[in-house]
Amino acid sequence: MEKPDEEYGDWEALVGAALLGTDRRRGGGPAGSPQALLDAAAVHAVRRRAGLRPAEAAARPDPAARDPRPAPPDAARRRLAQLLAGRTAGNGSGRRGATPDLTELLPQWLAAAARHGYRSPAALVPALLDAARARTDLRPQALALAGARGLWLARLNPDWRFALRGGAGGAGELPEATDPAGVERLWQEGLFAERVALLGLVRAHEPAAALRLLQTTWSTERAEDRLMFLDSLRAGLSDADEPFLEAALGDRSRNVRATAAELLSALPRSALAARMAKRALACVSPDGVVPPAECDAGMLRDGVVKRPPAGRGERAWWLGQLVEAAPLSCWGERFGGLGPADIVALPVAAGEGWAEELHAAWCRAAVRQRDAPWSRALLGAPSAPPAAGPGTPSLAERAKLLETLPDGERAAWVAEFIRAHGLSEAFQLLGVCVVPWAGTLGRAVVEALDSAREAGSYPWSFSGVMGLAERCLDPAEAGSLEALTAAAQDPPDASPGAAAYWSEAFQRLTATLRLRATMLTELTPT
Amino acid sequence: MTEQGVRWTAEQVLALAPDDASRKAGGRLGGAGSWSQTGGSASGSVWGLCKGSGSKPYQTVVDLTGPAYKCSCPSRKFPCKHALGLLLLWSAEGAGEPGEAPDWASRWLASREEKAVRTAAGPARPVDEEAARRRAGRRAARVGAGVAELEQRLTDLLRGGLAGQEQAGYAAWEETAARMVDAQAPGLAGRVRELGTIPSCGPGWPARMLEEAALLHLLDRAWLGVEGLPEQLAATVRSRVGLPASGEGEAVRDRWQVLAQYDSVSPDGRLTTRRIWLRGLGGGRPALVLDFGPPGRPPGLALPVGLVLEAEVRFRPGSAGLRADLGERSAAVAPYAEVPAGVTTGAALEAYGAALRQDPWLESWPVVLGPVVPVPGELGWQLADARGTCALPVPLSGPGSRSRGGLWQLAALSGGGPLTVFGECGHRGFTPLTAWQPGSAEPVPLV
Repeated sequence: MEKPDEEYGDWEALVGAALLGTDRRRGGGPAGSPQALLDAAAVHAVRRRAGLRPAEAAARPDPAARDPRPAPPDAARRRLAQLLAGRTAGNGSGRRGATPDLTELLPQWLAAAARHGYRSPAALVPALLDAARARTDLRPQALALAGARGLWLARLNPDWRFALRGGAGGAGELPEATDPAGVERLWQEGLFAERVALLGLVRAHEPAAALRLLQTTWSTERAEDRLMFLDSLRAGLSDADEPFLEAALGDRSRNVRATAAELLSALPRSALAARMAKRALACVSPDGVVPPAECDAGMLRDGVVKRPPAGRGERAWWLGQLVEAAPLSCWGERFGGLGPADIVALPVAAGEGWAEELHAAWCRAAVRQRDAPWSRALLGAPSAPPAAGPGTPSLAERAKLLETLPDGERAAWVAEFIRAHGLSEAFQLLGVCVVPWAGTLGRAVVEALDSAREAGSYPWSFSGVMGLAERCLDPAEAGSLEALTAAAQDPPDASPGAAAYWSEAFQRLTATLRLRATMLTELTPT
Repeated sequence: MTEQGVRWTAEQVLALAPDDASRKAGGRLGGAGSWSQTGGSASGSVWGLCKGSGSKPYQTVVDLTGPAYKCSCPSRKFPCKHALGLLLLWSAEGAGEPGEAPDWASRWLASREEKAVRTAAGPARPVDEEAARRRAGRRAARVGAGVAELEQRLTDLLRGGLAGQEQAGYAAWEETAARMVDAQAPGLAGRVRELGTIPSCGPGWPARMLEEAALLHLLDRAWLGVEGLPEQLAATVRSRVGLPASGEGEAVRDRWQVLAQYDSVSPDGRLTTRRIWLRGLGGGRPALVLDFGPPGRPPGLALPVGLVLEAEVRFRPGSAGLRADLGERSAAVAPYAEVPAGVTTGAALEAYGAALRQDPWLESWPVVLGPVVPVPGELGWQLADARGTCALPVPLSGPGSRSRGGLWQLAALSGGGPLTVFGECGHRGFTPLTAWQPGSAEPVPLV
């Protein structure tokens, strides 16, 4: 094949001739046959392939920062891979069967790994970032686990850019809170996410130092950033923050002003709280309720929103905002030294509409000021029918009130509620209880599930609570549930087949509890 | 030691799963709670009863030397979730003291043994050599006719010019491919189909199409003169055209390390091809074992990455001595060996170039590369030598390329630092398949 090689010395010339076609190629070049062209191209192709040289290397990425945390044990690493794979595999069938739902266990695994102070196995960091991308609720923990390696990867892949801007968990390479020079440098030069994380870190270490740091650049920050930074002051909020927040009431941005007012109203000794108390006391007395007639400039400055949402009267709207922001401590004296429970129980004269408005505002105030005695009063007795309670019939609001109670009291209240009213309204209330559930609460839930089974209804009417129980029951309860997993005969008046479905649901519950126990054991360092 | 002595890792067990759903389902059954009467024998089998939704538990037994599976469940997945669960349980906890298999398990194990003995005893029927020769002659004639037709098609292509191909479409090539199937030359049919897809594959297609057309032409020419070629090259040509291997291959006994296993599905979705790369720990020889699965079913052979098995590997003649069939083997020797030694990017390309001498149609050559640094890029990825300025591109599309997910996994493992990578090095670049993190002998398959 020497000859054609000489005729088509150059690959470009060969491709040109092939594009054009040998029929159309006249003069100039060699009038080769298609065969000769293919022969020459074959020689070129094999020679090119046999003689390939490496390319010039592009700029290598900077190495990722070292993550000093230990990797989790092998079994735990495999479990994480399984949980992450389960996320994408999907379940397919609608019915859940007797096997655990792995997706729902990922948050617990991440939380437990964080308690042990592990880093993510490197090979799983991409899957972890994908999971965090799909589920915002996983982000803080997933990103914390991924650590420096995760941030490094996120800089390379636009799909994972969220990891660089999200406020939470982006902390991969933060300086020590006690290293003023490092803190100062990152605060001045860092990305927004890094700065938010830094502020949180410093705030947790020494609240006043975070405030000082924020004040150095406050006037030059963008409005959205000011809002986020202000929000980080929620943690460790104290009277020392008042002057700064009071000044922020005059901010250019309405959202910043509103947030500053909200934070100040959570400080019962603040000047704003005092102003609000004065306004609220002027409206509410043992004799009745007289809502404000107008929304003046002072109220506006203190964060009161003038325009009510559609369908609400403006006077009621203003009243609600004043009472919500007033310190709850001001009411005892107003009502002749009565305690919260007595005040809440008083009939409110002059129009029933105001009573509802007033109690709803007290609920919001109790939540904002994290006032356990008022929350307790507003919640009433757990056995009382929800609609007849003193505070609010809304389960969402009640759940918030419950959050202000100490852990044990909260669990006991919800347990009592379930014993009195069953499970149908317990879902949101259970959601605020500390995991794993306390013994009394766990037993109340299991007993209620068992009575539902005996009543003959289908288990999927309780799928929400069942799912919660799988995630939140103490794994140690698995043994006591064993008896319930046996397939029993349907009770006489039950829905057909219900007993078998219940046994399956309880099997899944115990299997999940066992899996959770195994999961936690696997994470224990060997 | 007993053959059961070395247990597989959970990753290796899960790698046997035919799909994600089975992997997940198997994982759930890997706890002791689902199982009763589990046990194992010294000759390399495990069994157990798995509680299912019915009243009667499923009977599951696995022959680890296969591995081969038997389960009384109705699942058509293979291995089913019960077999996977049983293996996971075994990998985590072992099967206790070797014991006697229960009846239902021992019956199946015994039938497997009998079958193995029968196969080893050789084919039962005497071969009618005369008839075989006649059949081969008839087939050679049909292939010859196909080759002549293909040459005509290529000549027409070059006469009219490639420029018209962008409009001409794929159908004409599909028809030619069908003619090659009729001519009993599936190898040619496959290359023709590839050729037909090139004009729609983006910039630079004319050069690639000319190159592929020329290599196809080279194969045609080689077939026409196959009688005069040296024996090895002639075997390569026959296998590239698509004829079944003739003659006995070379048998090599070694401890074989599984370096990679991955599946690819044919464009029409009708055939799944599983490629398994092995490397002899003693002789250092690479081997490619293929297995095929019909539509919707994964191939039966599954060897988890990292596993070391003692086996006889029978190499087929030709094709640069890569294609091999797995012969008689023992149970796994070890979950994994140490990290294989890597070469530079330049040496990798030299190895590919040298292999082309034996098989000019070779797309790629198996190479352990390292230490290298993965370099992600907007336009394309590279693997760069840890020292020096040389790099290999990673093909991101077209035949032989893998998902980007695997590349990000590779980047995550490296963290910008050097590591060892096994993959296929060819004229399009280097396709990474398996990686070793610095300081760990455990291979990570890039999925």
